Amino acid sequence: MRQTRAIEMGTGLFVLLGFAALFFLVTQITSREFGLGDNGYRLTATFEQVGGLKPGAPVSMSGVTIGRVESISYDFNEYRARVMLRIGKPYDRIPDDSDAGILTAGLLGGQYLGIGPGSSETFFKDGDQIQFTQSAIVLENLISKFLFSKAAEQKPAEGSAQEATQ
Amino acid sequence: MAAPVIHELVASVRESLRALGAYAIFAVRLARETPRALWRFGLVVEQVHNTGALSLVIIMLSGLFVGMVLGLQGFDLLERFGSEESLGSVAALGLLKELGPVITALLFAGRAGTALASELGLMRATDQLAAMEMMAVDPVRRVVMPRFLGGVISMPLLAAIFSLIGLFGAQLVGVQFMGVDSGQFWSQMRGAVELDDVMEGVLKSAVFGVACSLVAVYEGYHSVPTAEGVGRATTRTVVISSVSVLLIDYMLTAVML
Repeated sequence: MRQTRAIEMGTGLFVLLGFAALFFLVTQITSREFGLGDNGYRLTATFEQVGGLKPGAPVSMSGVTIGRVESISYDFNEYRARVMLRIGKPYDRIPDDSDAGILTAGLLGGQYLGIGPGSSETFFKDGDQIQFTQSAIVLENLISKFLFSKAAEQKPAEGSAQEATQ
Repeated sequence: MAAPVIHELVASVRESLRALGAYAIFAVRLARETPRALWRFGLVVEQVHNTGALSLVIIMLSGLFVGMVLGLQGFDLLERFGSEESLGSVAALGLLKELGPVITALLFAGRAGTALASELGLMRATDQLAAMEMMAVDPVRRVVMPRFLGGVISMPLLAAIFSLIGLFGAQLVGVQFMGVDSGQFWSQMRGAVELDDVMEGVLKSAVFGVACSLVAVYEGYHSVPTAEGVGRATTRTVVISSVSVLLIDYMLTAVML
């Protein structure tokens, strides 16, 4: 009897340890926050270009994570990308003229959604859409814009140089 | 002159095919017995103790050292790119997705698989299994099933413990010895690891648990009832389990990546 009790104790300890390890790995190591049920509220925003934004990316105000990107889909009515956000419950005082932009954390970091507060007296409610959005910056477009503007600068400069010699 | 060689080759291919078939039939039989065996949970608990709880020390010790060496090697490599803060994510992903499940399975095959195979083999050699059959007790139901299920239950838990201890080993070397910033270590890790990564590790270790336990009980149950046969069964258990774990690991990784 004592033998079986010892075995059961050992087994119980092992199983407990195993599940504790699993629980720790799931809750502490991953970036996911587990709330009980669906707390917080949803917002949507449409963007011309979402770049590398992915579901699960943080939504932040002044660097503080206040929510997560829930899903990204394509809206064929507006021909823009529609991003669903879930904002945590404590952050329910965001002015409804705030703007959202897709930003990059660090030089090689992942992309996140930054919200800059507006000055309205009324706040966002569940299901609202953020009106003012700024798309992700695509490096190729930036480079080509830079090159074109350089080329455009050079032409009048050459023209004026020729005028001067005449 | 080549005829005997070809003949042997054909015979060995046939034998492998037969073994594969026998494994499949045995696996189906075990799967069908599973619900009934879970009913007699006391027997399974005893085997969880044998395969899981008694493997704990070797798993924890190995996990610690694997994590520590991962911390050391990872630090050395990442320092060359000036990104030693990402040591946390490297260690966590490496341990959760690959090293945890695979090394645990290999150790499990060596520690618990051999114990299962030799125990069953000795039962076979000393006619205990035949005696059970004579008393109308199905040895698969009474002896094999609890051992199989005990292994299947233990393996994911052992792998989780291995990964966790390994992570602390990596933290110990990276943060305490090498001076990686502790906050960076953990926050980079949290940023990089998704729930899917943890689940991938759990799924892998569950599959390895089934594979290792199946090989161990099959080889033990079907061992030649002599001293040499038992020895051979344990050897085959380790060899087949290890190779199949590595093989399955590649396939699972290719599917889930």
